[in-house]
Amino acid sequence: MDRSEERGGLPLAARGLDFAFANRPVLRGVGLDAAPGRVLGLLGPNGSGKTTLVRILSGVLRSYRGSATLGGREVRDLRQRDIARDLAVVPQESRFGFPFTALEVTLMGRHPHLAGLAFESERDVAIALDALAAAGAGDLADRPVQQLSAGERQRVVFARALAQRPRVLLLDEPASFMDIRHQVELYDRVRHLAETESTTVVTVLHDLNLAAEYCDDVVLLRGGAVLASGRTRDVLTYANLKRTFDTEVYVDLNDLTGKLVVLPLSGRARALLE
Amino acid sequence: MSRRPPTAARLVAVCAALGVFLLLAIAAAVSLGAGPAGLRALLPGSAPDPVARAILLEVRLPRALLAAVLGGSLAVAGVVFQALLRNPLADPYVLGVSGGASIGGALALVLGLGAGAGLPGTLGLPAFAFLGALGALVLIERIATVDGRLTVYTALLTGAIFNAFSAALIYLLQSLASLEQLHAIVFYLMGRVPNDVGMRAIAGLGAFALAATVLLFSTAREFNALSLGEDGAAQLGVDVERLKRRTFVLGSLLTGLAVAVAGLVGFVGLVVPHLLRLLLGPDHRVLLPAAFLGGGSFLVLADLLARTVAPPMEIPIGAVTALVGGPFFLVLLRRRHATHGPV
Repeated sequence: MDRSEERGGLPLAARGLDFAFANRPVLRGVGLDAAPGRVLGLLGPNGSGKTTLVRILSGVLRSYRGSATLGGREVRDLRQRDIARDLAVVPQESRFGFPFTALEVTLMGRHPHLAGLAFESERDVAIALDALAAAGAGDLADRPVQQLSAGERQRVVFARALAQRPRVLLLDEPASFMDIRHQVELYDRVRHLAETESTTVVTVLHDLNLAAEYCDDVVLLRGGAVLASGRTRDVLTYANLKRTFDTEVYVDLNDLTGKLVVLPLSGRARALLE
Repeated sequence: MSRRPPTAARLVAVCAALGVFLLLAIAAAVSLGAGPAGLRALLPGSAPDPVARAILLEVRLPRALLAAVLGGSLAVAGVVFQALLRNPLADPYVLGVSGGASIGGALALVLGLGAGAGLPGTLGLPAFAFLGALGALVLIERIATVDGRLTVYTALLTGAIFNAFSAALIYLLQSLASLEQLHAIVFYLMGRVPNDVGMRAIAGLGAFALAATVLLFSTAREFNALSLGEDGAAQLGVDVERLKRRTFVLGSLLTGLAVAVAGLVGFVGLVVPHLLRLLLGPDHRVLLPAAFLGGGSFLVLADLLARTVAPPMEIPIGAVTALVGGPFFLVLLRRRHATHGPV
């Protein structure tokens, strides 16, 4: 890959973040710190405010109270274009209204870097093709995105974020529709970016095992508030998981890596505990 | 099918090809029609024939140019409303401006402003219709703005309801109108390219349509990004609120002017963008200018048909665009589905 634009990561932080949709509070006093070169996992049950947090941190929702900063500057004061030059988002789900090809969608990642009416240069096309290959979607380049499966589409959207050459990568369940091989490849790529280009990574995920395997730090959200945060091995504990998700889980250590393994327990299995 | 991303060279090639096509369409519209007047009358060295010359240059040419401007406006409005609503089935009339324009036009005709000589006779109808369009634009924008944001789906619903409401209001006006007025209203609403618009007015309309198209073209890459949704576009650096508002206003003005002058000419704003998207791909940097030229050509040819199919009768151009455009479009869509799967 062309490294000429390598710029290192930027810190992304929140302090006392409050947000409400039509008087219904969604976030209450949320704080987090994402540092360059580290992968931060955002975990919590449905409706705990994870996606809202992503939308605030990426400048989409600006009527928050408290503080959200990108590279030390308040997000609500930044122009959307300036945010997009530093920060890329991989959303939960993408629907496309028109039959753009995967390569065309990936090239959209160059938008914040291009002047007004410009067409993409040869270099932009090369960056996009690299990004597609890095996202494991090189063979999809010419396919219309509307015809792709959900997992393939997620790979293309990930490629678009890579083509943006971000210093901060915000991922909202980027691999929820992927098979296990592509999930692992995506997170390997994310870790690689954090380690080699010191990209700042924040990722929302539901798969606790992926979180244990890949995240340096974890924030547990519940009801819009932070329940626990810190190093993954300190935070992902049986007690914290039970409090966060309100269900019993089976926790063990992986023999190979020494990292946490979390298994769901069915109603019948939970009954055995009592 | 392997499709490379568009380049500036491709844009120039597409515009050149469609520009030539538009010129040919205008030439055909000028040279064909009832009566013996042909393009030959304009050639140097032929016997001077002032009548033929007048028919060509003072009747057919202005009308062909007006048709080109109207078709281009409607097709561009179609493209940008489809981009705004992220729905290829949207057309320029979907957001309600056309309803406002038709109320204004029908009202002008009931008040007797649409006929006869003098300023009220020639300008009364389009002026009233355009005021109606502006009224609808402001009203719908107000209703659809929630917490300072233009909510596209509220705009869509408001537009649909406003169109239904305006149809009811027009029925009311029709029931109050005389038989002659009723006839005029019906023909106005069916859509027709008027004969009585002067060259200066046409030039003004053309300049406005071109300026609006250029302004919209300047955000072409943002329309591409908008196909990822409003959040997705914002996260790529697009000022989404500004884009939506500009698009809504410019697209509505283009539509409002077209309806004010020509009534409800259907299908141009739906079929032309669709056809061009199938041929050229969805990138708005190529699609938008192509729509202006392609929409212009389409309406020039449709108006030529409307004049020449059953002379000396003229059939309403709205009927031509629907009768020709509809089936053609369906065939194209089926063929496309057969080779590429549903799009």
